[in-house]
Amino acid sequence: MSNRSSIGSGSSCPPRCAGHDRIQLGHGSGGRLSGELIREWFLPHFTNEALAVLGDAAVISLRSDRIAISTDTFVVRPLEFPGGNIGSLAVHGTLNDLAMMGAVPHALAAGFVLEEGMHLELLDRILHAMAAACRVAGVSIVTGDTKVVERGKADGVFVNTTGVGELTPGFAPAPHRARPGDAVIVSGPIGRHGIAVLAARDELRFEVAIESDSAYLGPLVMRLRSAVGDAIHVLRDPTRGGVASTMNEIAVSSNVGIKLQEIYLPIPQPVGAACEMLGLDPLYIASEGILVAFVEGAAASQALISLRSEPLGEHAAIVGHVVSDHAGLVTLETQLGTERIVDLLPGDQLPRIC
Amino acid sequence: MRHVSEYRDREIARKLLDAVRISVTRRWVLMEVCGGQTHTILRHGLDELLADCVELIHGPGCPVCVTPVEDIDTALELAKRQDLILASFGDMLRVPGSHSDLLRARAGGADVRTVYSPLDALDIARQRPDKEVVFFAVGFETTAPTTAMAVRHAREVGLSNFTLLVSHVTVLPAVTAILASPGNRVQALLAAGHVCTVMGWREYEPIAAQYRVPIVVTGFEPVDILEGVLMAVHQLEGGRHQVENQYSRSVRREGNRRARDAMTEVFERVDRTWRGLGKLPGGGLALRQEFADFDARRRFGRDGDYSEETTECRAGEVLRGLLNPVQCPAFGSDCTPDRPLGAPMVSSEGACAAYYRHRRPVATGAHDIHE
Repeated sequence: MSNRSSIGSGSSCPPRCAGHDRIQLGHGSGGRLSGELIREWFLPHFTNEALAVLGDAAVISLRSDRIAISTDTFVVRPLEFPGGNIGSLAVHGTLNDLAMMGAVPHALAAGFVLEEGMHLELLDRILHAMAAACRVAGVSIVTGDTKVVERGKADGVFVNTTGVGELTPGFAPAPHRARPGDAVIVSGPIGRHGIAVLAARDELRFEVAIESDSAYLGPLVMRLRSAVGDAIHVLRDPTRGGVASTMNEIAVSSNVGIKLQEIYLPIPQPVGAACEMLGLDPLYIASEGILVAFVEGAAASQALISLRSEPLGEHAAIVGHVVSDHAGLVTLETQLGTERIVDLLPGDQLPRIC
Repeated sequence: MRHVSEYRDREIARKLLDAVRISVTRRWVLMEVCGGQTHTILRHGLDELLADCVELIHGPGCPVCVTPVEDIDTALELAKRQDLILASFGDMLRVPGSHSDLLRARAGGADVRTVYSPLDALDIARQRPDKEVVFFAVGFETTAPTTAMAVRHAREVGLSNFTLLVSHVTVLPAVTAILASPGNRVQALLAAGHVCTVMGWREYEPIAAQYRVPIVVTGFEPVDILEGVLMAVHQLEGGRHQVENQYSRSVRREGNRRARDAMTEVFERVDRTWRGLGKLPGGGLALRQEFADFDARRRFGRDGDYSEETTECRAGEVLRGLLNPVQCPAFGSDCTPDRPLGAPMVSSEGACAAYYRHRRPVATGAHDIHE
């Protein structure tokens, strides 16, 4: 999209012409096919002033002098799963990272590494989902880039998104700001994205009725902010590594202990059941549409009520609190009343064998 | 998940715990055989809840842990071949051999695949006729029937590029070896519910009689284990030593006949070296002569290897219940899940991993257990 010369070159090929139903190496050549790809497949989804210029860079205006920038690359397999696809995920993922810093997302840049042979119809569905996700969040993709690699060198498509958001004074949640006495709130059911993606692979051999929770968390943050303001010390979205890994990172960053209570953890039935079958722990399963908030104890109930007033937050729950002992460590009070460590995993969770 | 949450119910657990407390006149020593049970115990703190009534010793029931180093070395050697895909369960990939592990071999270019079932490996063989596919078959009588079915199927459809590196083991010889050892402290056993689902408990009856130990076939949820402990304690206090079944929702005395038949058709019992326990008579399974074509060792000429175990790892003592993982000098320092010296620190069923994950002492002081 940034290559103006390729876009400018004329073409007699009608839109989405026959014979071009798959990505070819030529689509990345910078020549006529590249222009077609941009014009016929990308631009119809992403119409906005900044992008329409098709310059080497997008030019945008921001009001704030404090800007948050975040980038993330998405390599999910399969590309489509119940509840979303790599496109919607790539938009939500980066926008949520901005929102967790208290920033209001303004614009996105998107990079695509396309694999030769990828169906253009699939690409179209991915772009459609990206555009829809952008509309819901009220942001635009203002610049982008496409590259094509040989068959076998990528898994369909890899997507990178980089987001820019504006910060406003008086609200600066950060991983190092958790303090003893803070309540730990989870905004919704955990583990849905991870299990939905796992189920969408054919490896499970059993059906799981669950959709990814992939969603833009901006409205939840706005609601929380207007309810309790800077009493929100930390916001994080527990994606890769799940709630357990997020908690561990916060415990270390803030040098505090975190105590969770098992009975309050919102674990949806299908997630619990799938984890039972596979020997996985839901605490380590990724979510893409919930947030974890550390809120000053006195403001906790108000924060909870505000979250529950949003559709995305109706199952929000206080799942634990911050303590001054065992700094850097996360513990969990089990249903039986005993306490155990919730550690970081050395790598991926692996299914048990017996 | 109502079915499961019932078995984690705080009130039921508390009642069982109280029942154990009022039943005991002394502190008894019990061994849970299966690593899955060990993890439940550590994860839910059952050992601490029971501490004044029973001592729980952790048994050898972690198939990955008892897989001898030479088998892992053989798998690593095979994985080096360009014409070969090696498939195994995820846990197996991180277990250290003499010099490396399968995950590192994969990073180095070997085609090593994680599968959930031997049948997945069979599918790979079907899809890749240009490659030899070796399934590294580990596990107790729980996974052996599926391996047997995979082999049977491969023979039926004439799949010639599928072989097995068999490292299957059987539970009973290991349990017997522990009970027969001179220093044995185990007074009652919680037998592994999943193995008994396949094998039944008939073969445990002579063991209970010979060694005068109560044996309770037990499940894997906290309430299962507390109930198993209660049943064992009742027997101990009453001077009985029978086989009882706590896990009646899954286990019958006869076991699962179809699964057992598949296993006996394909495998025969052989003497097998267990990591930590040495050579156990009848402690392993090997392919029968009529299935010898599916033996990877035979096809690729990898027989009679011998590998040295690392001397720092005291997995043997842990597996025999002689050493609690936290007593090992390497625990948490030279040996962690990131840099394991031995399999029990790797496997999701390993006792060292269970302690490391759920009960690690922390630098800032021990955490307090409150009820």
